[in-house]
Amino acid sequence: MSANDTVQLNGYVGFDTITSQINRKLILRGFQFNVMVVGPSGTGKSTLINTLFSTHIMNSSGRDNIDEPIRQTTEISVISKVIQENKVQLRLNLIDTPGYCDQINNDKCWEPIIKYIRDQHALYLRRELTAHREKNIPDTRVHCCLFFIRPTGHNLRPIDISVLKRLSEVVNVVPVIAKSDSLTIDERLAFKQQIREDIAKHGIHLYPYDLEDMDESERSLNAAVRNIIPFAVVGSEKTVMVNGKPTRGRQNRWGIVDVENENHCEFVYLRNFLIRTHLQDLIEMTACVHYERFRTKQLLALKEQSSSQVPSTAGTNTNTLTLAQKEVTKQAQTAA
Amino acid sequence: MHTATRSRTIRKATKKGIPFILMVVGTSGLGRTAFVNTLCERPLIQRRDNFDPADTAATPNVEIVPYHADLEMEDKTKISLTVLDALNFGEAINNENNFEIIQNYIETQFDNVLEEESRIKRNARFQDNRVHALIYFIAPTGHGLRELDIELMRRLGPCVNILPVIALADSLTPDELELNKKLINEDIERYQIPVYQFPVNAEEHDDNLIQASDYLRSLMPFAVVSSDQLAEINGQVRRARVYPWGIAEVDNPEHSDFQALRSALFQSHLDELREMTTDVLYENYRTKKLSQSQLVLNASSPIVPNVQTDILREEERLRAIEMSVQKEIEEKRRQLLAREEALHALEQKLAAANLNAGVNDSQPNTITTSIPTPTLMTPTIVMKDVSAPIAASNIPQGA
Repeated sequence: MSANDTVQLNGYVGFDTITSQINRKLILRGFQFNVMVVGPSGTGKSTLINTLFSTHIMNSSGRDNIDEPIRQTTEISVISKVIQENKVQLRLNLIDTPGYCDQINNDKCWEPIIKYIRDQHALYLRRELTAHREKNIPDTRVHCCLFFIRPTGHNLRPIDISVLKRLSEVVNVVPVIAKSDSLTIDERLAFKQQIREDIAKHGIHLYPYDLEDMDESERSLNAAVRNIIPFAVVGSEKTVMVNGKPTRGRQNRWGIVDVENENHCEFVYLRNFLIRTHLQDLIEMTACVHYERFRTKQLLALKEQSSSQVPSTAGTNTNTLTLAQKEVTKQAQTAA
Repeated sequence: MHTATRSRTIRKATKKGIPFILMVVGTSGLGRTAFVNTLCERPLIQRRDNFDPADTAATPNVEIVPYHADLEMEDKTKISLTVLDALNFGEAINNENNFEIIQNYIETQFDNVLEEESRIKRNARFQDNRVHALIYFIAPTGHGLRELDIELMRRLGPCVNILPVIALADSLTPDELELNKKLINEDIERYQIPVYQFPVNAEEHDDNLIQASDYLRSLMPFAVVSSDQLAEINGQVRRARVYPWGIAEVDNPEHSDFQALRSALFQSHLDELREMTTDVLYENYRTKKLSQSQLVLNASSPIVPNVQTDILREEERLRAIEMSVQKEIEEKRRQLLAREEALHALEQKLAAANLNAGVNDSQPNTITTSIPTPTLMTPTIVMKDVSAPIAASNIPQGA
């Protein structure tokens, strides 16, 4: 519709209430958000999630006593919780990856993670392709992956780079510097600069993405976010007193780290970015970019396969559909 | 806590300083460089330029880089310190060969000393490079030791004194620090990891040393804060790390165990560590090595079968040659015999033919002209004919 086609109205019609109608529907339906945390043991993943959502959701999955054996592979563990704020319900899926990068030989420790992400896409695709599909397909696709980097202060390690590359192809990745209270401000700046250089050098595409149909304000917001990435965060569930006010923080032997203080760490920026400004965008990007890429590849592969096979005569539609479903599940199992 | 040992005053003050070799091992970013620089009170190790992970080969190998410094303690003892930094430890995706490289280095030093001892003519200038202590930096995960930590300490414990240190301890709250120390100690016991326990011997050591050892043992693993930057605190300038929320002092025993570790290394336990290395660890290694080679010497049979098999092989070869030669001889003989028989057969034929020729000689003339020379072979009695003398004269002597 070009600008010439817009017609002037003579009186108030009232279709501008469609936004509130949609609002009401959406509030009734509720939202779904799936977050994955990836990082070596002991980097504070569970604590950060609990700090982000201001409640105790995740338990730390590290070894808490000596009787637990050291994990030999990366495992995937999913926790589902529902939280509510002002009548808006948010169903959270938290995906933890215990055992990642904890062994001496970490070759292929990323494979279970990539496989899980792909499996969720495949599951969604299969549900989409069913003849009688549900009105609201439950969305288990991973919307955001928080990648925890150890605060070494030097640069990214070879394993970090290779995993980041692979992850950024299938999911929105947000890198985070864990336990950043062990770095002074200068060290932190130098470290972030080095990480950004490493990421650019290896051509890793991190969230946020700039799409063509974005307007100026969105682009500038994305650019601002890109300047802060990777976020140097500190997580804490304990409350400490700072200047008489209770706030979440960590009490050392010589000072108190205030989690909400922007000068101490960038937790506030991360929370605003993840939840207050880009939450909907994360969900949308997963559907538009990553899921579409997966879907295109799968369906093209299916088409090639079915065209090379002998075509069935009657009832081709249902046959190809069931064939499609079978292929999708088979490929989801083998593709990793 | 400074403890002056009596043995130090007894020791002759050498001009060059007591040689002490210290190795620091830990993954990148745990503060090895800062610790060494703080220990030596000078920027001994420069921060190397951040290497690019893509430029180096897929697996950067562990390298052991030596640095040297001459230190003077508060009580005027001189120490000639060599620091060995293990670069790129735990950096690769697959780190299984990292332990071997470090272990090889330490054992090579032992081998050198062993070789030097067994020489008839010893080198007066021989440098003893055995590693006296190894400081291992553990990342404070809050979940105990990682597989990498356990494996390294287990492998290197038998050949060097290991002092475990909790890295980046300034970011831990007191509760977390306690938790980490407890978990690490439990893991050390659980997996039987041989770390240096500051052993005391009631007869040999004096009370001061025993007290110091007990104190140090209670502190293990040490939580250190290292910094080569200065900050002003209450009017005094001290080494510290400056954060927006506070200042962590290096030398304050409430903030870090740095001073305790330093005095242990260079003052109270300098001799202990060196003696442990030379008297216990080295001797164990030597015993093991020599008994291995002894086993090799005793088993002399491995040599003999080798020679025997050689001899056997030679014999077989000769036999084969003999056989072939004999076969040739046989061949030749057979050929000869065959020829002889052929000759015989021919002779007989000739004889038979000559007889016939002789019988037919009684008829005149026609015979002599028509009969060819078969009669030549055997002397035959020719009948009385005029032409007979011709035939007779034609008879040459047979074979």
